[in-house]
Amino acid sequence: MKQCMERLYNGLIKENPTFVLMLGMCPTLAVTTSAINGLGMGLSTMVVLALSNFLISALRKVIPDKVRIPAYIVIIATFVTLVELLLHAYIPVLHESLGIYISLIVVNCIILGRAEAYASKNKILPSLFDGIGMGLGFTMALTLIGLVREFLGAGTLFGFSGADLYGTPLPELLIGLVERWLDPNSSNETVRFFYKLLTDEIASFTPMGIMILAPGAFFVLAVLTAIQNVMKERGKAKGKDVSKIQSGCNSDCMNCSDSGCAKRLIEPEELDSEEVCDFDDLFDDENPGEEEAADE
Amino acid sequence: MNDSIVQLIVIALGSSLVSNVVLSQFLGLCPFLGVSKKVKTAAGMGGAVIFVITLASLVAGLLYEFILVPLGITFLKTIVFILVIAALVQFVELFLKKYVKSLYKALGVFLPLITTNCAVLGVAITNVNLEYNLLTSVVNGFATSVGFAIAIIILAGIREKIEYNDIPKPFRGMPIVLVTAGLMAIAFCGFAGLI
Repeated sequence: MKQCMERLYNGLIKENPTFVLMLGMCPTLAVTTSAINGLGMGLSTMVVLALSNFLISALRKVIPDKVRIPAYIVIIATFVTLVELLLHAYIPVLHESLGIYISLIVVNCIILGRAEAYASKNKILPSLFDGIGMGLGFTMALTLIGLVREFLGAGTLFGFSGADLYGTPLPELLIGLVERWLDPNSSNETVRFFYKLLTDEIASFTPMGIMILAPGAFFVLAVLTAIQNVMKERGKAKGKDVSKIQSGCNSDCMNCSDSGCAKRLIEPEELDSEEVCDFDDLFDDENPGEEEAADE
Repeated sequence: MNDSIVQLIVIALGSSLVSNVVLSQFLGLCPFLGVSKKVKTAAGMGGAVIFVITLASLVAGLLYEFILVPLGITFLKTIVFILVIAALVQFVELFLKKYVKSLYKALGVFLPLITTNCAVLGVAITNVNLEYNLLTSVVNGFATSVGFAIAIIILAGIREKIEYNDIPKPFRGMPIVLVTAGLMAIAFCGFAGLI
């Protein structure tokens, strides 16, 4: 049981698939236009991940080593088809808004990565919990990114604006809060100045529509990876072990050309003789920092 | 589905520029970010993707129309497509290695990277979802992959230029590439009025 709890913690915080391992970036960027989409995608992925981990672990002694990858893909694709049909039948709204990305859970590298790295070598119960933990970590990350993008881009949270929740629109609500602390008719010049500054600022708030469009996704991810770089540097300075356990291809997708399979495949002689650039030391070790998830 | 030339052009423009496969649909992000350090390798990758996606759209379209639909097992499309694409890429690699040496030299190293590329499966499933016929499927596949090639070559060009820039330390490496991609995505939003 202890091992199972450890697996949950590992997936949620220590090796969070999005914030720490940077896996499965395509769906992360594509569906996080709102918190509810992120949550739906995360949970669908979690179901597939837990079930496929379970089955792959159960069959780990039956599947011949040579054909294991095709076998894993068939198992994963089966569960994805199941989830897609269930969503289509019972939550058609979500099926509509996630669209093609449900089918593409098949090629999400988290799932094949966990099958390779964990489920194929471990017992059934820890593998199941590993899937649940990783899935929950992915769900949490997607929901958080969705919340940020939705709030900045549409001014709502989970589709609710301030008006729905409290009966007053968000700006008025905030202005009310400001009035509690700062008296607009105060004799103090500074208080009046700050009151005007804050209320003007709030009243002129318009959501940045670009955040829920495609470019916003890239900017959010850019900030996330920048935070990761900082955390990694700090971890290194403190002497912590910042190299993470391998995923499927022994690396994360984002640094594929620097440390992953692409490095082996693409003009190795050119890479070797290449002048070491200034920022290469940031990506020398294979994986990013540890505390990223906690930071979020 | 009306198969006039105009319709095909609209589909081609739509999937190569307006809803660009990487910059607005986020498919094939891994090679887009991973293999875009140099224009030369980016062009190789673009070429390999054009080759594989066009071929995969054709094969997937044939399979869907002549096997899955007649047997009434269209719900198995995800499983069938992913296996067929993986096998197809392996087969193409072997075939090129044996018979078309020059093409293999140019594209060979990129082929294994494309096996589980989500853009390939994405295009095949989009073709089915939008009920494209065989010809429109192939045109859509070709246009989508040309969109990918355009995006990755532009990004590689920009990356070669910013290599020597003085970038704030936390943003060095991947973050600045993502910011660049975001700016490119804004530029590609401009195509939205095209059709």
